[in-house]
Amino acid sequence: MLDQTHTPAAALAGLSVSIRDLTLSFGSVTVLKDLNLDIGNGEFLVLLGASGCGKSTLLNCIAGLIEPTGGQIFISGQNVTWAEPSARGIGMVFQSYALYPQMTVEGNLSFGLRNAGVARDEIARRVARAAEILQLQPLLKRKPAALSGGQRQRVAIGRALVRDVDVFLFDEPLSNLDAKLRAELRVEIKRLHQNLKNTMIYVTHDQIEAMTLADRIAIMKGGIVQQLAAPLEIYNRPANLYVAGFIGSPPMNFLKGRLENRLFKGAITVPMADYDFTTAPTDGEVVFGIRPEHVALGAAAETSPIRTEITVEVIEPMGADTLIWTAIGTDPFRIRIDGQTRIAPGDRLTIGFDPACASLFDAKTENRL
Amino acid sequence: MIDAPFPRTLSGPAGSRPRTRIAPKRLMIYAALLIVSVYYLLPLWVMVMTSLKGMPEIRMGNIFAPPVEITFEPWVKAWSSACTGLNCDGLSRGFWNSVMIVVPSVVISIAVASVNGYALVNWKFRGSEVFFTILLFGAFIPYQVMIYPLVIILRELGLMGSVWGLVLVHTIFGMPIITLLFRNYFASLPEELFKAARVDGAGFWGIFLRVLVPMSLPIFTVAVILQITGIWNDFLFGVIYTKPDTYPMTVQLNNIVNSVQGVKEYNVNMAATLLTGLVPLSIYLISGKLFVRGIAAGAVKG
Repeated sequence: MLDQTHTPAAALAGLSVSIRDLTLSFGSVTVLKDLNLDIGNGEFLVLLGASGCGKSTLLNCIAGLIEPTGGQIFISGQNVTWAEPSARGIGMVFQSYALYPQMTVEGNLSFGLRNAGVARDEIARRVARAAEILQLQPLLKRKPAALSGGQRQRVAIGRALVRDVDVFLFDEPLSNLDAKLRAELRVEIKRLHQNLKNTMIYVTHDQIEAMTLADRIAIMKGGIVQQLAAPLEIYNRPANLYVAGFIGSPPMNFLKGRLENRLFKGAITVPMADYDFTTAPTDGEVVFGIRPEHVALGAAAETSPIRTEITVEVIEPMGADTLIWTAIGTDPFRIRIDGQTRIAPGDRLTIGFDPACASLFDAKTENRL
Repeated sequence: MIDAPFPRTLSGPAGSRPRTRIAPKRLMIYAALLIVSVYYLLPLWVMVMTSLKGMPEIRMGNIFAPPVEITFEPWVKAWSSACTGLNCDGLSRGFWNSVMIVVPSVVISIAVASVNGYALVNWKFRGSEVFFTILLFGAFIPYQVMIYPLVIILRELGLMGSVWGLVLVHTIFGMPIITLLFRNYFASLPEELFKAARVDGAGFWGIFLRVLVPMSLPIFTVAVILQITGIWNDFLFGVIYTKPDTYPMTVQLNNIVNSVQGVKEYNVNMAATLLTGLVPLSIYLISGKLFVRGIAAGAVKG
């Protein structure tokens, strides 16, 4: 590897956070394995995955709260692998807010600055600025116990804000809030990022948060990044079956079958001539995936390249749209349609879709074809 | 919707269930409580009454009867002029000895044990679990095993017979249980609080003193109470590791009550015993609410 060693400054130009070959293991359990991740200046990166996938652990490694077994971490061009959390130029927001209960909001905001020995008038100036950005001025003299969940999380964000750091780390910051507050704070965080233009790394298991906030999403499973791409790219072209099933609600429909000479043969037959293959296709067992919202009904179905007939089993009206449960062959199949459509269980319907919107995966490797 | 007239409330139970003022079940409970409290309070009653009587009245028997003529003479004598061996200055000497023993023992043991507990939870080091196990094991070794080795250690340190020797002994013996107490309390605090403080640049002492200690008042209260009552009530270590000049109050009380010369002055003995018990009792009374909160803190807070 010696001949590949570059000077950090040149290799890290334009990067805010760079993770090189990061490995973390506890005894025989490997949580993160040779993980590489480059995050650009001002980028909003979301680490998304089910619980136990290592996303929070990765964030803790970046923050310096967990010591990695191997690899390097660079923040703003500095090798911070051995640096204390406070010396890394990061601010962190936790799921449980982690406010100091005996201090006022003001005390919470200024704690880090007081530890760093910042001058008194400078502390006052920065606290005032953070309070203004997050609308905390009326709450400055209160203790955390006297705040609502949303206010507490705003204070926690403010605590990262006052430290004037380059990188913000969010560890599932909205998971403790109710649905309404979560949606409000989500927009607030997005607005904050647009105004501050800091680098933000955001851990969540909520795909809505990931899709709405991220410049790029890193989907993790078993300590390995499955796909790192812009939200729409992940939605449209998932890299493997796991990502395809994880992103999208309700999840993508999967039909098992064989690919023979660019023809999908399963319970239905779909010519895949228009499909954008990543590599020249070879015949074999495949999984055909189509999102419930990409399936059309009625007049739209008549004009679709692929048509088939199904029987409605269950319907779930959700207001804005309605979910139809059915099956194609033995595979369950969901269709998302406009909420105003009148349908009853037992109806026979013609559905249609465009193979160009579909995804095709190798049944064995589970990777996108 | 039905248009026909329809009574708003139908027959049958509605609203909250009626409760009788005194149910038979309640009566049983109150009766049992009453009997138990009389059982426990009777000795106290006898002691207080006897301590307020003169000797002639005590000799008449009637130990449950209130004094005909109230006298505080026994209390004064017990405090300032009862004889133990050669000294005839009452329990006051023992009281001040006990204060001199309890205050430093409590302060030192809690100061050290709280830092122990904090380090064991938040700054795990290689072998910290083993260290903790060994420390806990110390809590289960019978005291008797350690008495003689401690005599030798104190003799070599030149502390045998002094108040500070006893302070050292109490500090060491309080360590396992108080460390356990603090360890469990700190373990119940959210780990993210500690992480946040680290990100905010607070060090080992900064996190402990400025974040954790301010939110640990209940557990400190419990530790203080446990240590004060435990050390104040100690007799064994007091009688072994100190000498007559430095005897704690409990040892002196024993010497007053068990002195074989002259007449047994029951009233003075009772007053002396009550005086000795007053300190732990008042600690409980003063800190009652905080104590309960501290005891509950470990279990309730998630």
